[in-house]
Amino acid sequence: MLRFTKDHEWISLQGKVATVGITDYAQTQLGDVVYVELPEVGARIEAGAQFAVVESVKAASEVYAPLSGTVKEINHALSDSPATVNESPESGGWFAKFELDDPAALSKLMDEAAYKAYVAELG
Amino acid sequence: MTGIDDLSVTSNQDLGPLQQTPLHAAHVAANGKLVAFAGYEMPVQYPTGVLAEHLHTRSSAGAFDVSHMGQAFIDGHPDPADVLEQLVPGDIKGLAPGHSRYTMLLNELGGVVDDLIVSRLPRVPGRLFVVVNASRKANDFALMRSRFGGRAALTELNDRVLIALQGPKAATVLSRMIPDAVQLSFMQCALYRIGRFDAIVTRSGYTGEDGFEISMPQAAGVPFWQRLLGEAEVKPIGLGARDSLRLEAGLCLYGHDVDETTSPIEAGLSWTIGKRRRASGDFPGAERILEELVQGPARKRVGLRPDGRAPAREGTIIVDETGKTIGSVTSGGFAPSLDAPIAMGYVEAAYAEIGTKLGLVIRGKVNPARVVAMPFIPHQYKRSH
Repeated sequence: MLRFTKDHEWISLQGKVATVGITDYAQTQLGDVVYVELPEVGARIEAGAQFAVVESVKAASEVYAPLSGTVKEINHALSDSPATVNESPESGGWFAKFELDDPAALSKLMDEAAYKAYVAELG
Repeated sequence: MTGIDDLSVTSNQDLGPLQQTPLHAAHVAANGKLVAFAGYEMPVQYPTGVLAEHLHTRSSAGAFDVSHMGQAFIDGHPDPADVLEQLVPGDIKGLAPGHSRYTMLLNELGGVVDDLIVSRLPRVPGRLFVVVNASRKANDFALMRSRFGGRAALTELNDRVLIALQGPKAATVLSRMIPDAVQLSFMQCALYRIGRFDAIVTRSGYTGEDGFEISMPQAAGVPFWQRLLGEAEVKPIGLGARDSLRLEAGLCLYGHDVDETTSPIEAGLSWTIGKRRRASGDFPGAERILEELVQGPARKRVGLRPDGRAPAREGTIIVDETGKTIGSVTSGGFAPSLDAPIAMGYVEAAYAEIGTKLGLVIRGKVNPARVVAMPFIPHQYKRSH
C-alpha cells in the first residue's frame, strides 16, 4: 500500500514495515539536496514528530513521521550521496523504514490519485 | 515536511506590494522561481537549480539582475567626497577618476548602516556614483540627503538596470559588446556609449570571480540582458547562487554578517579605512573604531569549516571545547565548489585564530568545526600591476 501526506512524504507498507521518503514534488521544491540527517535505528517516533532533516544549498527542512512507530532501518547511502533524494526521491532516495504501531491507520492517508490532485491544486 | 516555501534568501520583506525590476518579464520567461527579497520580486533560482548555477558561474559566466540595488549620483563642487566622507571611513577624496572603492556608512557608535561601492567616473569631476543594498536604499539615501544639506545633491537612478556578469568567461563575453571594458582592472570604472545610451561599467562583483557590474538605462538594459543570455557561455543566476558564491568568497551580506551593531574592525574590514582617515578620525563612530584598531576588537568575524556534512545555518550557536558559548553563525550553508558546508560568524577574539577548534550547536548536538582563513576559495580578481 502506497500513501502520501500533505507534508509531501510518501509511505509504502510491506507487511508491518513502512518505508518513508519525500515526494518528487517535495524534492523539486527543495532544490539540490546536500545533506540528510536521519534518526537512530531503534528510535521511537510519534506521529507528527520530526524524524529527519533535509537540507538544500539554501535551507533546512524538517521531515515528519506520518504515523507512530519504531525506526528499523535508515538509508545510509544518503550520507554520501544526498543528491539521490533529487534523482530518485520515491525509490533509492528513501529515508527510513518504520515498524508501525498501527499499520491499518495508513489507509486514512491520501492515495496516489488524491495526492496528485492535492499537488495540482498547489499549482 | 516544513520549509518547502522557505527558499527566499532573507526575510528583508517589506509589507505591501512587491516591486519588479525592468528584467522581471525576462525572469518569468526563463522560468525563474520568484521570491520576495528586499521588497522586490526576484528570481532565487532558474530551472537548473542553485548548485548548477553556482558551478556555472565559477567555470564560465553568470548574469545576475541586481537592479533592485540602489544606484545614485552624488554631485558637488568642487568634490562631493568632502561631504560623503562625513558618513564613511573610506578615503573618497583620494579616489582617483576611473576607480571604485568599497566602504560603509557608519552610525555614531561605529556600527555599519550599510556597505556600498563608491565610484569616481573618469572625466566627470564633481560626480560620484554609488551602489547600495536594496534593503537599505531608502534609509541610506535619506541619511545622505540629510547629511549633505545643500552641499551635495543626491540623484537616485531608479530608471537604470544593474547587471552583474561574473566568472572566468565574463571578460571574453563582455568584450563582444563593450570591447574597451576589458582594459579595466579590478575596482576600476568607466563610462561607455552603447548606441544612444551610456553604460557605467565597474570591474567588480560579489562572487570572488573576475567580472563586471554594468549600469545602463532601462531601455538599453533589457535588450542587453537578452543579448548576454544569448551568448553560449552565459546563464542567468538567481539570488540563491549569488548568496552561496559570495559566502565562498568570504564577502559580508548586510543585515547578516554586518549590521548597525558590528563595527568594520570586528567584521575584518579594517583595510577599508584609509590611512588619512585613521589619522584625522573624522568619521562617525571614530572613537570606537580607532580604539578597536589599537586594542583589537572584543569579537571578530571568522570563517568556519564544520567537520561533517551538516550545514550550520545563520543563528547557530558557537561553543568552545568546554561547551561555553563564544559566538554565533551569521551566514552558513553549503559550498558547492568545496562540496562541503562552510559558515562565517562572530567569536570572542581569543578564539579567532586560524585552526582554533570550536563546536557548532546544530539541532541540539555539538558538531566539531575549526576556524579557517577566508576567502574559502581564492579570489580571481584581475588586479592592476
